[in-house]
Amino acid sequence: MERIEEKQSYSLHTISLLVQNLPGVLSRIAGLFSRRGYNIVSLTVGPTEREDYSRMTIVVRLSSMTVEQVVRQVQKLVPVVEVRELKPQDLVERELMLVKIKTPEKNHSELRALAETYEASIVDVSPDALIVEATGNAGKLDALEDRLKGYGIQEICRSGRIALERGFKTLAPPNLK
Amino acid sequence: MAKEKMTGAQALLRCLEAEDVEYVFGVPGGAILPVYDALFEATHREGAKLKHVLVRHEQVGAHAAEGYALATGKVGVCFATSGPGATNLVTGIADAYMDSVPLVAITGNVPQTLIGTDAFQEADITGITTPITKHNWLVTDVEDLPRIVKEAFFLARSGRPGPVLVDIPKDVQNAVFEFEYPETVNIPGYMPAPKEPPRLAEAATLIRSATRPIVYLGGGVRTSGSYAEVLAFVELVGAPVVTTVHGKGVFPETHPRCLGMFGMHGSRYANYAVQDSDLIIALGARFDDRVTGKLAAFAPEAKVVHLDVDPAEISKLVTATVPLVGDLKALLPKLHAEVQKTFEARGRPDLAPWLARVDAWREKHPLRYVQEPDGPILPQKAIEVIYERTRGKAVVTTGVGEHQMFAAQWYKSDYPRQFITSGGAGTMGYCLPSAIGAQLGRPGELVIGIDGDGSFQMTLQDLATAVELELPIKIFVLNNLFLGMVRQWQELFYENRFSATPLKDCPDLVKLAEAYGCLGLRARKLEELEPVVEQALAHQGGPVIVDIRVRRQEKVFPMVPAGAPLNDMIGGE
Repeated sequence: MERIEEKQSYSLHTISLLVQNLPGVLSRIAGLFSRRGYNIVSLTVGPTEREDYSRMTIVVRLSSMTVEQVVRQVQKLVPVVEVRELKPQDLVERELMLVKIKTPEKNHSELRALAETYEASIVDVSPDALIVEATGNAGKLDALEDRLKGYGIQEICRSGRIALERGFKTLAPPNLK
Repeated sequence: MAKEKMTGAQALLRCLEAEDVEYVFGVPGGAILPVYDALFEATHREGAKLKHVLVRHEQVGAHAAEGYALATGKVGVCFATSGPGATNLVTGIADAYMDSVPLVAITGNVPQTLIGTDAFQEADITGITTPITKHNWLVTDVEDLPRIVKEAFFLARSGRPGPVLVDIPKDVQNAVFEFEYPETVNIPGYMPAPKEPPRLAEAATLIRSATRPIVYLGGGVRTSGSYAEVLAFVELVGAPVVTTVHGKGVFPETHPRCLGMFGMHGSRYANYAVQDSDLIIALGARFDDRVTGKLAAFAPEAKVVHLDVDPAEISKLVTATVPLVGDLKALLPKLHAEVQKTFEARGRPDLAPWLARVDAWREKHPLRYVQEPDGPILPQKAIEVIYERTRGKAVVTTGVGEHQMFAAQWYKSDYPRQFITSGGAGTMGYCLPSAIGAQLGRPGELVIGIDGDGSFQMTLQDLATAVELELPIKIFVLNNLFLGMVRQWQELFYENRFSATPLKDCPDLVKLAEAYGCLGLRARKLEELEPVVEQALAHQGGPVIVDIRVRRQEKVFPMVPAGAPLNDMIGGE
């Protein structure tokens, strides 16, 4: 029989949470992850369609065995209304990235073309620097980041992923269902 | 209920009265003064049911509330002031969290204008206790107070019980508002219903197919009070029973099917039976490392039916072949009916060879000790004498250490809520405080403590509390002048380097008892043991402290070394 002693292979998992918008809710959730030894890759939190609820998207690096355990532990936190792992094939995920590049003005048109390829835009320009804004899934942003490296990246700021499930299923506040 | 104008402090006490709280254990202080002022009126008025017990240290207040809760099945309540008062509760709260004890801790805090300014006696107690409570609240508006207290009691006692903490700033205690106690709670998402119906038929099929089943009972049976259901189920299935330390007494330990406690200091026969089983039926238990031994080698051939109210316990450590999530009291009868149906359709499994094998282990490897008539008193002997003289009927509380494991092995518990101990957290100093709480919760009954000299010295100042309340508790200190359990590990695994484990013969426990105004007795030799135990039990009035000098290096056997498989035991052959 299986005894859970050795951790299995790790991969990224996206967990979506609907939480009551109460003081300390973020630290309760983040604290649970750290004290149970779960690695957070990214965590985002923001308002929802109802002001008394927030939605969180947490990406964790875990074995699939542990991820079920995480979901059940998180569900036990009192402010957590609903929590679910979103499977890669069932979700739409997006991330926002801002990249500041220090580069002479002569490169700007080349960068503009590159940005266009990635449906990114240039949102700030000064004589020797500019800021590229891009949205997309993590893979696309990684690729863009890679292409921009050659131009002298000064700063990168990525929002972490947000995700919703495809189709009609929701994690919605109870009386909205 | 009509609304009534009052302060937050008065409202808090009205909430406690509405929750039928009998005892609050606490220590006052600056930031909780308004509550204590209201308490003066609430406990002194005609017909008052609420009583406050002044303890000498907040940790004792928390443990006493735990002892009360475990002895009665009700919620324990404790009070502390801000800062150090609140942080002194932390060990007790952590203990209650590990052992799923319903506890409501109420703390005062500095006024909200001072919160976050490093004010005198300020501590972020909600931040500090977040990892060790089911939930906690900082009350920022007095209007929220009744709802929060209602939720606090509801959360503490429902589902898998546990501690909660309500932190009330002083200005909220003083604020005046229209009080009304809510009748219901609304916590969306708390204890969601399982998504699938319980797989009862599958569980019944596993039970029917097993030839070496074992029933493993944990503290969840005590929480749910499903003693009759468990007894009926075990009699139907016909399997042997093992328990955790918190499962002691939920099934009569002298029942022929009961093998008692298993795990690190379980009997050889209990551990062999678990390890050799082909089906473990776990009821309200969580496969703690102290019972499984080396996890990868745990019961290698056993499938697992795991019934627990907490879904997060399912497949946390041992994968459940069939998980059954729900309240034992509701779910076990359904499993019972399903098993009965299966047995009627397909006949009962023949467990005779298995039971014979288990009995052979029991005969070959009983728990044993050899008391030399001229030798020092053995701790096992002391507990057997106490067991006999109390006819196995005392409510027993313990500290943590060797004496605790000796007590678990030798004080057989036939009755639920009879054995009160710190299991998960292993908090030394637990014995006296929990005895105080247990005795208050069960006033007509005999409450005894079995403690160690190290453990006793961690909370002994609260003898004053027991004396003040004239509690007839009897604390038997198995005194070996060591921090014994650590010394045992040093003997076995650290080549007898007794680093910081010998204790000086100090204080004189008899004189100490007398200094507190209670009876102190001592037994040094075997012939003194029975008379002293008799005298302690016969004593009327306040507490008795019995200093029983036991063999200094007696070890608890058998023992599964940490990290070893369950059947790989030292000693007790």
